Amino acid sequence: MKIDKFWLSVLVILIAGFAFTKLADNEFYFFTTYVVLQGLIMAVAWNILGGFTGYVNFGSAGFFAVGVYTTVALNKAFGLPLPVLLLAAGVICGLLGLAAGYLTLRLKGVYFAIATLATALVLETIVNNWKFVGGAAGTYVLQPKGSFIFDNYIELLFMLMLVLAVAATAISRYLSSSRIGQGLAAIRDDEVAAECMGVPTLRLKLISTTAMGALMGIAGAPFPFFVTFVDPVSAFALVIAVNAIAMPMIGGTAVWYGPVIGALLLGAIQETATVTISSELNLLIVGVMLVLFITLAPKGIVGLIQDYKKKKGANNG
Amino acid sequence: MADRVLNVTDLTKRFGGFVALDSVNLHLDKGERLGLIGPNGSGKTTMINCISGSLFNDEGTVEFEGRDITSLPAHKRAHMGIARSFQIPKPFKSMTVLENLCIPLEFAAWDRADHRHISEQAMEILETIKFAERAHENSGSLTQVDMRKLELARALAAKPTLLVSDEAMAGLSSSEVDEILEILLVLNEQGVAVIMIEHIMRAVMRYSERIVVLDAGKKIADGSPDEVMHNPEVERAYLGE
Repeated sequence: MKIDKFWLSVLVILIAGFAFTKLADNEFYFFTTYVVLQGLIMAVAWNILGGFTGYVNFGSAGFFAVGVYTTVALNKAFGLPLPVLLLAAGVICGLLGLAAGYLTLRLKGVYFAIATLATALVLETIVNNWKFVGGAAGTYVLQPKGSFIFDNYIELLFMLMLVLAVAATAISRYLSSSRIGQGLAAIRDDEVAAECMGVPTLRLKLISTTAMGALMGIAGAPFPFFVTFVDPVSAFALVIAVNAIAMPMIGGTAVWYGPVIGALLLGAIQETATVTISSELNLLIVGVMLVLFITLAPKGIVGLIQDYKKKKGANNG
Repeated sequence: MADRVLNVTDLTKRFGGFVALDSVNLHLDKGERLGLIGPNGSGKTTMINCISGSLFNDEGTVEFEGRDITSLPAHKRAHMGIARSFQIPKPFKSMTVLENLCIPLEFAAWDRADHRHISEQAMEILETIKFAERAHENSGSLTQVDMRKLELARALAAKPTLLVSDEAMAGLSSSEVDEILEILLVLNEQGVAVIMIEHIMRAVMRYSERIVVLDAGKKIADGSPDEVMHNPEVERAYLGE
């Protein structure tokens, strides 16, 4: 049987993650990696639409928060188990993504970006006024009892996030390397030409927005159990939306591993800064890095490496 | 009728109160070379937008190989065998020339072509139009004439029965015009019917078997190049009273 390198690394990562839960006993590590992995899923999801398809979404925090509040609402109303909550958040945010996909029929470029930003604001206003989930004051969410085969709930959440991050990356990799990815790239470069070359542009855009929405919702679904207190300010946080854009931009938007690299790098820097300096510094770090990369390396780290290789190849040849 | 590729009946297209096309009839037989000419703003590009599906007409029908395609979106028409090139080249800029050709091979021609060896097929197409040396160049940095060639190569990769070429030669030098004409002739030899929109009369007269003239959204002439050139209405449209 032939196992390709990607799936082998997936296996290694998952085993290493599981071993980590058994070996490390400081909960801090799990809190930190959870936040980085959450950013990674958001970045990978954003990149499916933003990087592959060329539609910029400024409203990532909106999708994330809908995932968060799906959990809050369904947990409070029915006390459903976590897998069901994940699924529900995925479906609801997938539908929200589908609706955003129909927006692309009328809104292109910067107008689409503005519409996504506006949608996030509308959603935040709704949640602010929705008493059942705590409204603007927020609500406490109790972690479920029992933590499966793990020592405590945070280890479970960490492992769950690791599995989700790997799954999101696998989906993004599949989308980019299949015929769908070819079609999305054509749409990004020129939508009218793509349509005339037989690319079913609407259908592919809907696949792209739905996948993006569903993944962002799933990234948000475990969040209430992670923080145990949820309010609109934390669920719709600016840093979530900014990170979702900055991570792919820094890593490189054209390929599936770009956002993964960006998320790991930026996430690690942010978490280190939080511990060593202050958590208030995060947005500043993102801002500075984003400006630097957009002006100096618009194709991100992946682009830098590709250019370097090309130059080296040209010098040798 | 069996050999009829395209049949456009009473095609009308309005933009607000402006009538861009007014009950235009047009037909094309298999492998025919048709020149579509007319002064600026006469509705030529609107016409081919309605044929390729980039725009939907308000009235009338478009039939392709006997099937009514009036309400089909552009990508479905491309799947059936209608390809077009754009007046202002629209390459997929992040891709190489070869990758540009893979898009129509993987989408428009998917139902009608071999699914394997896509890039070999793309290379063959580039070779038939003597464009293979540019295969691995970035399509965004091509010269104008090469971009026009890419437009046609990409249309060819859709394996069409009908190609609509929208001013593929505008702004090119005389020798470059000949190169493009050569490509269009190769295409036609493979049995592709071609509608050529062009302002360069030398090219149109040389290439077309039949010429249709549009003026202010109406068809004013339809016939052999000689007939059309001596048509008093055409002279009036181009030169005024």
